[in-house]
Amino acid sequence: MKFSELLHPTPAGLYCPVGDFYIDPVRAVARAVITHGHADHARAGHGAVLATPETMAIMAARYGENFTNHRQPLALGEKVKINNVDVSFAPAGHVLGSAQAVVDHQGLTMVCSGDYKRRPDPTCQLFEPVPCHVFITEATFGLPVFRHPDDRAQMRDLLASVKRNPDRSHLVGAYALGKAQRIIALLRAEGYQEPIYIHGAMQKLCDLYESFDINLGELRPATLKDGEGTPQDFAGKVIVCPPSAMQDKWARRFPDPVICFASGWMRIRQRAKQRGVELPLILSDHADWDELTTTLEEVDAEEIWVTHGREEALVRWAELNGRKAKALSLVGYEDEAE
Amino acid sequence: MQRFAKLLDQLILTLSRNSKIRLLTDYFKTVPDPERGWAVAAITRDLEIKSFKPGMLRQMAEQHLDPVLYGLSYDFVGDMAETVSLIWPTTHGTNYLPTLSDVVETLDQATRAETPQIVEGWLNALDPTGRWALIKLITGGLRIGVAARTVKIALAAYGEKPVQEIEELWHGLEAPYTELFAWLDHKAEKPINAARAPFRPVMLAHPVEEKDKERIDPSHHMVEWKWDGIRVQAVREQGVARLYSRTGDDISGAFADVVESLEIDASFDGELLVYDPDKPPFAVRSFGDLQQRLNRKTVSKKMRQTHPAFIRVYDLLWLEGEDLRSLPFSTRRKRLEKLFEAHDFARMDLSPLVDFDDWESLAQKRAAPPLDAIEGVMIKKSDAVYVPGRPKGEWWKWKREPFIIDAVMLYAQRGHGKRSSFYSDYTFGCWRDVDGKRELVPVGKAYSGFTDEELKKLDKFVRNNTLNRFGPVREVRHEPDHGVVLEIAFEGLNKSTRHKSGVAMRFPRINRLRWDKPPSEADELATLEAML
Ligand SMILES: [Zn+2]
Ligand SMILES: [Zn+2]
Repeated sequence: MKFSELLHPTPAGLYCPVGDFYIDPVRAVARAVITHGHADHARAGHGAVLATPETMAIMAARYGENFTNHRQPLALGEKVKINNVDVSFAPAGHVLGSAQAVVDHQGLTMVCSGDYKRRPDPTCQLFEPVPCHVFITEATFGLPVFRHPDDRAQMRDLLASVKRNPDRSHLVGAYALGKAQRIIALLRAEGYQEPIYIHGAMQKLCDLYESFDINLGELRPATLKDGEGTPQDFAGKVIVCPPSAMQDKWARRFPDPVICFASGWMRIRQRAKQRGVELPLILSDHADWDELTTTLEEVDAEEIWVTHGREEALVRWAELNGRKAKALSLVGYEDEAE
Repeated sequence: MQRFAKLLDQLILTLSRNSKIRLLTDYFKTVPDPERGWAVAAITRDLEIKSFKPGMLRQMAEQHLDPVLYGLSYDFVGDMAETVSLIWPTTHGTNYLPTLSDVVETLDQATRAETPQIVEGWLNALDPTGRWALIKLITGGLRIGVAARTVKIALAAYGEKPVQEIEELWHGLEAPYTELFAWLDHKAEKPINAARAPFRPVMLAHPVEEKDKERIDPSHHMVEWKWDGIRVQAVREQGVARLYSRTGDDISGAFADVVESLEIDASFDGELLVYDPDKPPFAVRSFGDLQQRLNRKTVSKKMRQTHPAFIRVYDLLWLEGEDLRSLPFSTRRKRLEKLFEAHDFARMDLSPLVDFDDWESLAQKRAAPPLDAIEGVMIKKSDAVYVPGRPKGEWWKWKREPFIIDAVMLYAQRGHGKRSSFYSDYTFGCWRDVDGKRELVPVGKAYSGFTDEELKKLDKFVRNNTLNRFGPVREVRHEPDHGVVLEIAFEGLNKSTRHKSGVAMRFPRINRLRWDKPPSEADELATLEAML
């Protein structure tokens, strides 16, 4: 069986003709396998959805209970058959509930990584490499300039700045699903026990994480109650908000905020400067260059397919290292607010 | 090097000057000599590393990195120092981290043949931020948005000294400034400025306000025109001649023609202007013509011929070993006049005095000056001694009323720092006819002149009347009967080929918000053109 007979790219996304399902389709389809809850991978309106229970909960929280007609939850490590094709989920280490979709048929194994990272994250299960014939990888940070530093050290920088500027608030821009909760959990791991203030748009997802037993400590809404409190109440505090809110009217309630942005893109100084970021936090939920290339070596696939991101450089790396690789050039996946 | 790298990294992302000063003073407090002195030199761009050429870096990078991956990375990052610093393979086991002093001192001794290997060893030892700072330092690309003036203020704050004292010493000092720091640390006497032709911190004027007029008695004051050029200090001493800006930066390089013509040992205070070479000296040209010569390190021969510069002198600070600053202004003025009677300076003339009988007649002169290059009058107390800074009640400036037009807001852009959540930078336009159709053409940009309350209102208007978004910029509604009219004040107007409107305003700012006026009643471009 040719690889492309089991999975191949279509305008709607990766399609499995034998099992008649799509992985992370960008349009509404009859049957979808969803790797994780980020909006560009998990869309509403599919006939049936196969996903981890956590991803299912995230989709319901974002799109409402009727996001699909039929839910088929599958826990990490478990297996089902869809029209004679075995489908199982292996942890991807990206966000809560994120999975690699492992597709098996007649002895041929293909793994679609979805988005992933390799370093430990207190809010999700560690990535597990699965040996396979074809490994379908993302390449969001697929350039050798991206080597994410130690995430604990980034958090210590943030806490040092909080200490140094007791008169200012720290406004941390972070993607609402995954990044925000990871930052909060990492700050707790560094011993930060103060209440952390969150933007209203994050409440639901933080509650959801708590319901899956991820302890985020004391969270408070970053609002001023009518007639109560003053902006000075936020001095010396950490506030987490979606990146878009940092330059919004909403941000004006905080006293002279130190603008922080938690993202892998913050590795590039000019990007931080352009966005007016004073304290860049280089923290990503995607694999960096070393994680990508290590993973490609570990899974040791016969072929590497690259879905989205900086495909060209990763394909070049494979070429230099004697591995067969091609870019799928899938459209519809974004760099996220990474 | 790591500490210096961290300082640079923080400075580059810090917007407010006060925060920059705080970062610098913290650095001076925690970093020993000579490291901190080299840092000062590196930031104020005094440092020159001759043995390294940028081309070497490319060669080094390509020896270690695949050229295709390097190319893709460079395209994405857009800056060579940053690309190389990030992509450079980390070597474990090289744990000696060079200090900034190591770098400067070693490269000063090294030959060009030796440097690549030395630099490579450092790149291996440093982390990405350290590598970035090292590359910026040795390739001379240290543009981090910190003015030399800010560093001087930070040094003054660190040592609790007036900034003028630092400015006065500056050109006599050499990196790594150990003498200076010893004085700032109260461990040694103030260094003696041994340099010839030093800068003497300048005296500045206060604007005249209505309430000041009764305190300014015409009989005890002298008046000069206020020239629309740049304030300079020209000094010659024992064969060394220099031209300084008002903050003590040496700008001799850009105005060698003027510097060469200083024929006596003296220190002059005056206005640098450009004149028309085809008319008898000195027919002053516009500020726009002067600007073409500014901000250049060296000036072409042709530029020197078409845009010759001279100084219109109004004060004498020092003459052949004698410090005149403690003499009254009227005495200094007499000495200056005598000097101009005895000498015929090739590139200097004397700024004439203007009669000051009463405010009424002075107001008329101010309103209708004999030349365009005059932007008002200077009123100086006859017995004022020359003191650095802006002493109260000694010198006054009374500027001509600004030009005023009504324009329509076209675009708004988000501000920086505290204003980053406000649309606070506005592009505005005036009307013109194109093929019988009336349209608005952009004529300038302003981001000051309004109160916080007004800013809130403007911001609200922008958000509620957005037509298009382009990144941080929004196009706002500007129809004949719907839009905001801004009353713009500005100091002057230059012809410009770079602007669609053909004109460029100087110092435009918002004078008033005309919520009462419909955009259709804003000014025509022709009104502006008539002001040229
Ligand atoms: Zn994702
Ligand atoms: Zn993605």
